[in-house]
Amino acid sequence: MLRIEKITKTFNPGTVNAKTAIKDLSLHVEKGDFITIIGANGAGKSTLFNAISGTFFTDSGKIFLDGEDITLTVEHKRAKSIGRLFQDPMLGSAPGMTIEENLALAAGHGGWLSTVSKADKKLFREKLSMLGMGLEDRMSQPVGLLSGGQRQALTLMMATINPPKLLLLDEHTAALDPATAEKVIELTESIVESENLTCLMITHNMDSALQLGNRTLMMNDGNIIFDASGEKRKGLTVNDLLDLFKEAAGKSLSNDRMLLSE
Amino acid sequence: MQFETVFSLGQTALELGLISSLTVLALFLSYSMLNVCDLSTDGCFTLGATVGAAVAIAGHPYLSIAAAMLAGVVSGFIVAVLQTKMGINSLLAGIIVNTALYSINIAVMNNASVLNMFQTVTVFTKMKEAVRGTFLERFDKTVIALIAVALVVVFLSLFLKTKIGLAIRATGNNPAMVRSSSINPVMTTIIGLCISNSFTALSGCLLAQSNKSVNIDIGSGMVTIALASLLIGNVFASKGKIPVRALGAVLGAVIFRLVYTIALRFNMPAFMLKFVSSVIVIIAIAGPYLKQQLPMLRRRLGHKSGSAENTEDALC
Repeated sequence: MLRIEKITKTFNPGTVNAKTAIKDLSLHVEKGDFITIIGANGAGKSTLFNAISGTFFTDSGKIFLDGEDITLTVEHKRAKSIGRLFQDPMLGSAPGMTIEENLALAAGHGGWLSTVSKADKKLFREKLSMLGMGLEDRMSQPVGLLSGGQRQALTLMMATINPPKLLLLDEHTAALDPATAEKVIELTESIVESENLTCLMITHNMDSALQLGNRTLMMNDGNIIFDASGEKRKGLTVNDLLDLFKEAAGKSLSNDRMLLSE
Repeated sequence: MQFETVFSLGQTALELGLISSLTVLALFLSYSMLNVCDLSTDGCFTLGATVGAAVAIAGHPYLSIAAAMLAGVVSGFIVAVLQTKMGINSLLAGIIVNTALYSINIAVMNNASVLNMFQTVTVFTKMKEAVRGTFLERFDKTVIALIAVALVVVFLSLFLKTKIGLAIRATGNNPAMVRSSSINPVMTTIIGLCISNSFTALSGCLLAQSNKSVNIDIGSGMVTIALASLLIGNVFASKGKIPVRALGAVLGAVIFRLVYTIALRFNMPAFMLKFVSSVIVIIAIAGPYLKQQLPMLRRRLGHKSGSAENTEDALC
């Protein structure tokens, strides 16, 4: 499904601030995989997502999605097959536009001069009611009035209304309160399962990193340092992950958020 | 003052307000929807006036309207391409095009800075003939201005509900989200500015033809005047559906002209127009900001830092 071959990205090359955020990284994702990704701040997790979704082009290496070489495809064209959620719930929707208008943009049905059809409205209502947040009765309200959790749930809906080939979740529950975060995680699970989506999820929560999905990656210093799936993953505990991290990275986690979320 | 004078002044204000409201609607699209402050507005307004005048003088009253709007589209296209594809800051792109348009406008007027249309057949003279003898006799200019405004408001109301319209609004609201909806924000910016500048040019064209003359300064300060009108309109309809907000913009333009006309009657010199419009824009934008800062300012003023009394309290 997704094949990444030896990609490298250096920011500010040739200056004192040069930083190689991803180094010779390769990754092979199977169709239907739900992969959780953990790693310290600055490990290159979000940079990897940016590279996949085309926020920037990598310096070298190749990226294939569903057999197609997308290494040099621009961001908005990749967006047809890649859905993405960010940590900040404000990033995924237009606050000045109504829920219906946001969904209409995400769905992108019809020609450029078409308006939202009755069938679309019905579809939006159905989808929104699945969130269980009462948003289906507020479709003509601006998105700016929604809470962070509601906006993130809506963004999830928008990203998956046309099932993407690949769904990228970049700590999409980190800015929400624990109860809302749990709800959004549940929604994520059910949507990924029902649509049989291929999904990569960055998280700082070690529990969900092990509980969700079928494969866990650990990143450090711009590369994948640990990759567990199947039997190897079943026996893992949060403490194992922390030990593995110390061992592989060769440094302690004294000042990292990961400790707090144990 | 006689009723007749008041009525005639009111009518003139209404006509001018309606004609300039086309520029306000252009800014409604570019500034309120697309979140681009298009500083080429002054030059584009004059471009519409000069192109419209030149084509009308050549004997094509209807074609002059289309030609003016087309010139606006081209001007908007250039501004949009400069800021989306050439890496030029959006404000600077507008200023650069505005400067270039000064030369273009002189060129369109055949190396003159004034064109007269006293003998020229325009849509206004056509309308004057058409309504002669009917109850609309003295409203020929008002009718044309109303038709133009109605067409533009209806167009905007319908257009901003289409998929491309939604994409343009989202580009101004959250560009990141537009890219992730697989829409190219470069395209939406280009289309938005082409359309908005066609309205600005239409506005200039109609003003010149109703005045029967055009000079190179006809558009100077237009962007501030239109912005002032837009912000006045926001007082009445800043939220709500698009048609309501568009009508609010038109209302803002008419109110601006009415207030200006009244101010003139109270002996405000005519040259103060631009000063007043600048002050309105400053108040409308800075006002809400300062209001937000007010509580903190009060706290600062009332806050006595480290006075003896307080220190003693703290020690006990």
